[in-house]
Amino acid sequence: MNIGTLARKFFEKNGVGMALFMMFGVSFWILFLIVLPQLTMVDFSFRFKLPPDAIGGPQDVYTTTNYEYFVNGNPGNIDGWNRVDVTVFWRTLIAALFVTIFNFVVCYPIAYYMAKVATGSWARLLALSLVVPYWINEILRAFAFRIIFGDAGLINTVLKTIGVIDSSIDFIRADVALYAGLGYAYILLMIFPLYSAIESLDKNQIEAARDMGSPWWRIHWRIVMPFAKAGITSGCTMVFMLSAGALAAPQILGGPSSLWFTQIIYQGFFEYFNWNRGAAYAIILLVSCMIIVLSIMKLFRVKMGEIGR
Amino acid sequence: MKSGVGVELDNLSIRFGDFTAVRNASVTIEQGEFFSFLGPSGCGKTTILRTVSGFQEPSEGVVRIGGQDVAGMGPNKRPTALIFQNLALFPLMKVWENIAFSLEVKGVPRAERRKRADELLELIALPDQGDKLVDELSGGQRQRVAVARALAAEPQVLLLDEPLSALDLKLRQHMRTELRAIQQRVGLTFIYITHDQGEALTMSDHVAVMREGVIEQVGDGKQIYDDPATAFVASFVGENNAFAGTVKSVNNGHAVVSTAAGDLPARIATAARGALQPGDSAMVFVRPENLAVAESGAGGDNHFAATVANEEFEGQSYHVFLKAEGGSEIKMTLTNQGQSRAPSVGAAVTLSYNPDQAVALPSGALSDQE
Repeated sequence: MNIGTLARKFFEKNGVGMALFMMFGVSFWILFLIVLPQLTMVDFSFRFKLPPDAIGGPQDVYTTTNYEYFVNGNPGNIDGWNRVDVTVFWRTLIAALFVTIFNFVVCYPIAYYMAKVATGSWARLLALSLVVPYWINEILRAFAFRIIFGDAGLINTVLKTIGVIDSSIDFIRADVALYAGLGYAYILLMIFPLYSAIESLDKNQIEAARDMGSPWWRIHWRIVMPFAKAGITSGCTMVFMLSAGALAAPQILGGPSSLWFTQIIYQGFFEYFNWNRGAAYAIILLVSCMIIVLSIMKLFRVKMGEIGR
Repeated sequence: MKSGVGVELDNLSIRFGDFTAVRNASVTIEQGEFFSFLGPSGCGKTTILRTVSGFQEPSEGVVRIGGQDVAGMGPNKRPTALIFQNLALFPLMKVWENIAFSLEVKGVPRAERRKRADELLELIALPDQGDKLVDELSGGQRQRVAVARALAAEPQVLLLDEPLSALDLKLRQHMRTELRAIQQRVGLTFIYITHDQGEALTMSDHVAVMREGVIEQVGDGKQIYDDPATAFVASFVGENNAFAGTVKSVNNGHAVVSTAAGDLPARIATAARGALQPGDSAMVFVRPENLAVAESGAGGDNHFAATVANEEFEGQSYHVFLKAEGGSEIKMTLTNQGQSRAPSVGAAVTLSYNPDQAVALPSGALSDQE
């Protein structure tokens, strides 16, 4: 079938108005919201930082300077390499990985409970109470965590009142607040894919395994988790990507000595006004995250198509 | 393989809130027999099965498996294995892993599990299919895998919850024979749940017929069919023509019942002996295959008049649908013995039957519905 016939069929099936509207919507989305911004970033990242009047001039050529800077840092620095940026980069990825694992461990039982144990209006109430906190702005939520974990915050006050500790614990410096905040921020994105995957599991399979003498952990390990694999991967991918790319939570909840890689990207753009280096760093983060996610999917033998379901 | 043990339900009642799913059920199931619970959907038969398997605790009464009270014992601790209505095979495991799952739970090494699974695949006549996924098997094969998986746990009682209901008719009939053969080979006690009386009668040593949570009759297939204990059993198991009326006289195990179609004599069912007195409301049941066309002009107690309304030819037999006096609809089945044809539509005929093959029963609960 050639393109002409395909197009005619498409118009006939959907009606001219709807067909045009869909074509416009989908192409706007793909072109202006996905392809162009990314291409612009890639383009930026391979150029020098130039004063406005030199842009497009003879000096405006492609370069890998910005990427080299990530590895080498300023010429002649003490370490011989960009210790700060590279360390922060790895720490961010590892921390994001831990946030993801932590999130999964917390959310799996909740999702299982909602999908297979809770019933009727109680289950709906639970789903609602998961959504309600997200009616509040992300930054306000981060500040709320700062207050809860602060020196004179709720947790310290309670612990001191019941006499567990004598002086306040600095949760902010210890990054506890940051991890808690990040974990909380994306709980919904973990629970819902898990929930919808587990929900479609036939309850008889769980009972059959129980009937054959299986302890609860083996039921989850051999029956529920393999069944929910796509949901697990999709939840973990989103949480990992978003934690690694979070800015507000690290900015507000991060300790004075801990930087998140996104903060370095932010600095590149808005403190040094070096958009080119900022773009290069953003691409480094994006590509690394994608490699990690794809290798984990490969490891657990999940196909891309399964996640979209 | 372990041998089967008996199962005893002692005055079992199971309630869900205000709803009583099973009421005072008492049944003794002998070791090594094929026992069926037969009843329409919602009669409580699945609830009984779940109670025997341990997924449901009885509200009252005792379940004994092999003479031992199993109250408080979870499904994983009981010597029972349940085959679910939808089989509940694990779709992400290979066939042999499905079969060997209970061994995996017990910590049996992989090589031994595989060996045992292959033996069971041999038993269910599916050798060399172990490495397939469940989805790659046909309905009947999956059925057999479910049986093998249950047998692998070495249960002493196998519980089957309408496992054949998803299969088409031909396969279902084939699987009946197969299940029965497997049961006789392994010698386990099989407890089978079904709403299909054909399944219950062909496979079972004994059948319990249930209605609205109550066991109405326990007996072998022939007893259930020929000597029903209640009007419900008479009308639910097999086809039956029912005539409602009042007992006119009782004599020597036989009753004459006055119905709209006339005074009809019938043998009083064993369970109703002594319960029917003149003046009681009663029902006479005559099976379609026990009716015959009498020669015109013939008379007698066991005769009544009817008009042919319709007929169907089914190869081996004719089904003739008639209307008796008083409007009751009658079905008669005539074996095809080469006669030119059954009575033609519209013809007025006289039907007769042998009173020993008809059953008289108290109307009981069935009369409230009519």
